[in-house]
Amino acid sequence: MLEIKNLHATVDGKEILKGINLTINPGEVHAIMGPNGSGKSTLSYVLAGRDGYEVTGGSVTFQGKDLLAMEAEERAAEGVFLAFQYPVEIPGVSNTTFLKTALNAVRKHRGLPELDAMQFLKLIRAKAKSLNMNDDMIKRAVNVGFSGGEKKRNDILQMAMLEPGFAILDETDSGLDIDALKLVADGVNSLRGPERSMLVITHYQRLLSYIVPDHVHVLAYGKIVRSGGKELALELEAKGYAEFGSPEAA
Amino acid sequence: MAAIATLKDLYETLSPGLPGVGAAGLDRLRADGYARFLAEGVPTPKVEGWKYTNLRDLAGISLAPARSAANSDGAPSAWDLPSVAPGKTHRLVFVDGVFNAALSAVGPLPEGVALDSLRGLIDASPAYAAEVLDRFPAPKADSGLRVGPNPGRGQTQGLVALNGAFLAEGAVLTVGEGVNLAQPVEVVFVATAADGTWHPRLLIDVAPGARVTVAEHHVSRGGGATFANIVTAIRVGEGATLRHAKFQEEAETALHLASITATVAASATYETFVLTTGARLARTDVQVRLEGSNASTRVSGAYGVDGNRHADFTSLIDHVSPNCTSREVVKGVIDGHGRAVFQGKIIVRPDAQKTDGHQLNRALLLSDTAEIDAKPELEIYADDVKCSHGATAGELDEDALFYLRARGIPADTARALLIAAFLDEVAEEIGDPALRAHATSRIQDRIGRLTGITVDAADLAVEE
Repeated sequence: MLEIKNLHATVDGKEILKGINLTINPGEVHAIMGPNGSGKSTLSYVLAGRDGYEVTGGSVTFQGKDLLAMEAEERAAEGVFLAFQYPVEIPGVSNTTFLKTALNAVRKHRGLPELDAMQFLKLIRAKAKSLNMNDDMIKRAVNVGFSGGEKKRNDILQMAMLEPGFAILDETDSGLDIDALKLVADGVNSLRGPERSMLVITHYQRLLSYIVPDHVHVLAYGKIVRSGGKELALELEAKGYAEFGSPEAA
Repeated sequence: MAAIATLKDLYETLSPGLPGVGAAGLDRLRADGYARFLAEGVPTPKVEGWKYTNLRDLAGISLAPARSAANSDGAPSAWDLPSVAPGKTHRLVFVDGVFNAALSAVGPLPEGVALDSLRGLIDASPAYAAEVLDRFPAPKADSGLRVGPNPGRGQTQGLVALNGAFLAEGAVLTVGEGVNLAQPVEVVFVATAADGTWHPRLLIDVAPGARVTVAEHHVSRGGGATFANIVTAIRVGEGATLRHAKFQEEAETALHLASITATVAASATYETFVLTTGARLARTDVQVRLEGSNASTRVSGAYGVDGNRHADFTSLIDHVSPNCTSREVVKGVIDGHGRAVFQGKIIVRPDAQKTDGHQLNRALLLSDTAEIDAKPELEIYADDVKCSHGATAGELDEDALFYLRARGIPADTARALLIAAFLDEVAEEIGDPALRAHATSRIQDRIGRLTGITVDAADLAVEE
């Protein structure tokens, strides 16, 4: 499904990713853990296509297509989804406008008919209900006045609506209390399936107790330095990241 | 001085042909306007209030009312003129500054309400027309109390004086005591000439306890390098409400200068909204005088400029009496080499205790060459007041743009959505539902032309 080969990327001229190799098969959930500054968020932005992140080497293939050649919106339409560490507040644009515009753009790209207002409302209400989000939240301006947990649930609602083939969850646990974390994790787990892969990026093992990965990788200073099964997360929780060295050593 | 010498000839030629000549009141008003214009002239950047808007383009234009042959887009029936409530308004239509009865439609009016063209009123009774004109105080040249290096140099009223020299066209609305006029009143100015100059005067007199909604539309239907110099004078009587909006959407070759002066009595409300999306150079001066206690005003504006166009929104809100409130919100989008000016002054006079005055100006710059000059000013002489002002200028939020794109929304649609959301907040300031809906749809239309993307206005509604 997703194949990352020897990926190098720079931000403001500074090399952050120094040769990432990663293959994710359909239905697999991979976790990437690592210390602060290891390049975790850079990797998620590079995959999602954010401006300002320059790929200087390597390749990323998504469902056989060159992902790096696509604009951010094209990647989303192809089925790549990034759940943000800090979902953005957009005053003046309602959640429904935002999602209807997004969903219809994506459907158009996928050769599906666009939904009219009634079809859209029916769909979003059903999806929101399963995430314990009320009508009021879906009508308000995007993320404006939302609590941390509400913002993350809103991101998961977007994921449920857009039905991506590959989702990146960037530090989804940050800023969440345990109840909010469970709600978000339940939402994510309900979206797991044989055709949908996920990349869960996190600093802490905590999230992985709720979203249980198939594979765990350690990213340190721009490279994947170790890979293993879900037990690797527990080991990291116990030992910390110290053994993976410092930026100077990398 | 060449322009003025020409003007003298034109004034002498034209003035004997103006309606109502010989009626003492009208002769005096016109002579006074002409004399004051000769004294003040066209404002130059040396005048403080005109520092950022240069009228050098007026040098090549005749200042006297005249027009070339109509250059219009087809027949008037095909013009599709704007309306805030199609078929449900009282409308006066002016073509190249001249009242057009055939295009106008005024339904039965309740007792106490009169809506006439100024020329019609003058033809019927010059003395009465002069009396109505005299009810409205002229805008003050000296806008503040401050004694500075150049006292009295703030605003010049030369353009208002010029308008007075050629008083003939315009509209007069009087709403009698306690009357609630349900249907909005509209005045529509259509520019069709390749070039031409007109000086219409709009007079709105709302008696105590009355309520009325008034919309001004300024559009081009084939019009070219036209110059409109519009003076709107308003009185809102005790406890009365006037909701007013001006939609300026002329061709990008037009010049548009406007002065709106409103005097608001005790417990009365005056709301005005100014949309500026047309003309190569447009300026609207709004002066609101809160004369009686507990009066309130809302002044709002939205503008969009691109290319080499220029839009200026200048306001003066004068708190004369205690317990008055004012709220001003002006937002605009500037692209290309466009330039916008915001000058907003709030004066709180010594008696105006318990004043509540707020002002906000925000500009969105879409290009590196776009420019905004913002000058908010508070001049406060009372000690128990709540006043604030804020001015920001910025670019589109990159985080928001990426967030939208990361959900599959194409970049140009994402930009259009963010611009629409930015401007739509101003439309929320408008109290009258018909004016608000029209403002929203005109804003969407302009953004559609700016970005090539149509945003569904109904979709934008955000529930708080």
